[in-house]
Amino acid sequence: MLWVDKYRPKTLDKVTVHDQVAQNLRKLVSEQDCPHLLFYGPSGSGKKTLILALIKQMFGAGAEKVKLENKTWKIDTGTRTLEIELAMLSSSHHVEMNPSDAGFQDRYVVQEVIKEMAKNRPIDAKGKRAFKVLVLNEVDKLSREAQHSLRRTMEKYSSSCRLILCCNSSSKVTEAVRSRCLNVRVNAPSEDQIVQVLEFIGKKENLHLPAGFAARIAAQSNRNLRRAILFFETCKVQQYPFTSNQVVPPLDWEQYVSEIATDILTEQSPKRLYAVRQKFYELLVNCIPPESILKKLLAELLRKLDADLKHEICHWAAHYEHKMRLGSKAIFHLEAFVAKFMSVYKEFLVATFG
Amino acid sequence: MAPLVPMSQPWVEKYRPRQVKDVAHQEEVVRVLTNTLQTADLPHMLFYGPPGTGKTTTALAIAYQLYGPELYKSRVLELNASDDRGINVVRTKIKDFAAVAVGTTRKAGYPCPPYKIIILDEADSMTEDAQNALRRTMETYSKVTRFFFICNYISRIIEPLASRCAKFRFKPLSEEVMSSRVMHICNEEGLNLDAQALSTLSAISQGDLRRAITYLQSAARLFGSSISSSDLISVSGVIPEDVVKSLLAACRSGEFDMANKEVSNIIADGYPVSQLMAQFLDVIVSSDDIPDDQKARICKKLGETDKCLVDGADEYLQLLDVASETIRALFNMPQTLVF
Ligand SMILES: Nc1ncnc2c1ncn2[C@@H]1O[C@H](COP(=O)(O)OP(=O)(O)OP(=O)(O)O)[C@@H](O)[C@H]1O
Ligand SMILES: Nc1ncnc2c1ncn2[C@@H]1O[C@H](COP(=O)(O)OP(=O)(O)OP(=O)(O)O)[C@@H](O)[C@H]1O
Ligand SMILES: [Mg+2]
Ligand SMILES: [Mg+2]
Repeated sequence: MLWVDKYRPKTLDKVTVHDQVAQNLRKLVSEQDCPHLLFYGPSGSGKKTLILALIKQMFGAGAEKVKLENKTWKIDTGTRTLEIELAMLSSSHHVEMNPSDAGFQDRYVVQEVIKEMAKNRPIDAKGKRAFKVLVLNEVDKLSREAQHSLRRTMEKYSSSCRLILCCNSSSKVTEAVRSRCLNVRVNAPSEDQIVQVLEFIGKKENLHLPAGFAARIAAQSNRNLRRAILFFETCKVQQYPFTSNQVVPPLDWEQYVSEIATDILTEQSPKRLYAVRQKFYELLVNCIPPESILKKLLAELLRKLDADLKHEICHWAAHYEHKMRLGSKAIFHLEAFVAKFMSVYKEFLVATFG
Repeated sequence: MAPLVPMSQPWVEKYRPRQVKDVAHQEEVVRVLTNTLQTADLPHMLFYGPPGTGKTTTALAIAYQLYGPELYKSRVLELNASDDRGINVVRTKIKDFAAVAVGTTRKAGYPCPPYKIIILDEADSMTEDAQNALRRTMETYSKVTRFFFICNYISRIIEPLASRCAKFRFKPLSEEVMSSRVMHICNEEGLNLDAQALSTLSAISQGDLRRAITYLQSAARLFGSSISSSDLISVSGVIPEDVVKSLLAACRSGEFDMANKEVSNIIADGYPVSQLMAQFLDVIVSSDDIPDDQKARICKKLGETDKCLVDGADEYLQLLDVASETIRALFNMPQTLVF
């Protein structure tokens, strides 16, 4: 088992980084009438960990017996029958799914699948009517229509069902949905907190950590705990005992993007633009999200640029990322950004050095 | 471990008024509907306004009061955005319901007027086509049905439908009204709220009573029955003042890298950027030492950025762009470089 899974705290009292949030959650579910919850925060900050621990707190060990199924739902829209396939992780007390996986059909998932689940109360072993929890991941990726469709379901069936919504950016969740939940912010752990988690894992694994080693990993993790733990395990695989100057290898794709940055800083020409296009394709076919590519590229460029240029370039990055959201082919906008950068940078070089 | 008892409803549902007269702050619609209870006369209705102001509550309450619990099912059809309301549903479901003649059964104690009610909640998410399909249905069955349209944005309802209805705007709840509803719940639940906490709660809920009640319940669970102003702020997710101030301070330093660092931290801490920008706007506008032309430049940027965020643009890049433009405005740097 990977360390990220092996050392994921399983219960609320074992959650270390967000111990305050965890304690609060425990108090919240101490009565049976808690509101719906919306967890938000950056990737790898510990949302899922808290949610799983919370469900365990509510239902006990039974909630850990989960099965993963790929279910196909036949949905009659009146004019035709849609087939939507969705992966679901369920125990007898809760169901977890990612409705935005249904893409532009996500509205039907909310209207048919989720509503049906919310409506039907489970019956427990003693024949009593019980309640259940629905965990919906990535609700910020749900279309507006799908989010609208959630609103009344959240009110109507609130005596039999609680929703736990999870997302990265709560700005993308509509006001009406947010207003129906208690919003729980899960901030990324600080570097110090990450160091503590790494040291804890090191101790459990009986590893000797040279001074400052954990801190270097933490510094490279961008406050993403999952990443830090993954880096740590990679280092262990690559070389143990650790040495104090051991390099923490960057992620492959990030390395690749830094090379693109170097490419376009050294030469600004149509030929170079074409070469860079091939590299973007390479990244995209490996499923690296285009906005991550753009942000990483910007970060690399910002490290090397003059202050005036930084303003200019960060503006264009924001501009083209926005265009990318509205458009359908990411490659155009990545390339447009690079072309823009090249022209601005070349002009700057000519003006400065003649 | 929690036992498997049926979950009881959260406070927002528990304290949803069951009678029209208990709907707070929306005097006009309450007056009209109270009249209806006497005369049984009812036009088509259109309720619009921001979340948590009582629209759904009012529609459900009048329906219950007109028919009582037994007849409710056969006389009232509630469709909301969680139902598929494409053209087909409008054509069939609504027609089928509207077409069945109202029985003559009456229940003692309820007016039971001779028409049915169709509540289209969250009507702003209906397509224009579906709304158009409704025009005919409304006309055909106008003798035997009354429609309630409920939405947040009236502009999403097509004019031919809107013009057939009596329109009521649901206002955000005022501070006094909000406070008195909250006090009522505090009494029922045995909570203690001082005057400051009460006014904080109204301020952070911005006229949305549903939100106020959710905050109140959460704070009660977390901090016990004596709730202070800061308890409420901590459950509300309002961004602490110093986060916003330090972003502005970083911009005032004129250093791009400082601003970038601040922006990265805000994102890592998970603060919602749209809300941060709203608070940033307040700070900018109320700063005495920033000249108007600079303020204008920053505000323009905030407006553009808000649109980008609605389109789903990346929060980090957008906030960085705002910070960068703020620096350039404060230092009178041109918007695009001239070499
Ligand atoms: N409190 C904690 N103590 C120790 N490790 C933790 C803690 N919280 C999370 N982790 C570790 O961090 C990893 C990432 O956490 P988690 O999966 O909860 O993140 P997330 O916020 O759901 O991320 P994403 O948005 O990317 O899905 C987990 O695999 C776990 O190993
Ligand atoms: N005017 C009001 N008087 C009394 N209680 C109210 C009022 N407005 C809202 N509430 C409280 O807030 C809850 C939500 O109100 P309601 O469902 O009527 O909002 P809404 O206007 O339909 O909002 P949305 O546009 O989000 O659907 C109710 O259960 C009730 O507890
Ligand atoms: Mg997760
Ligand atoms: Mg409503």
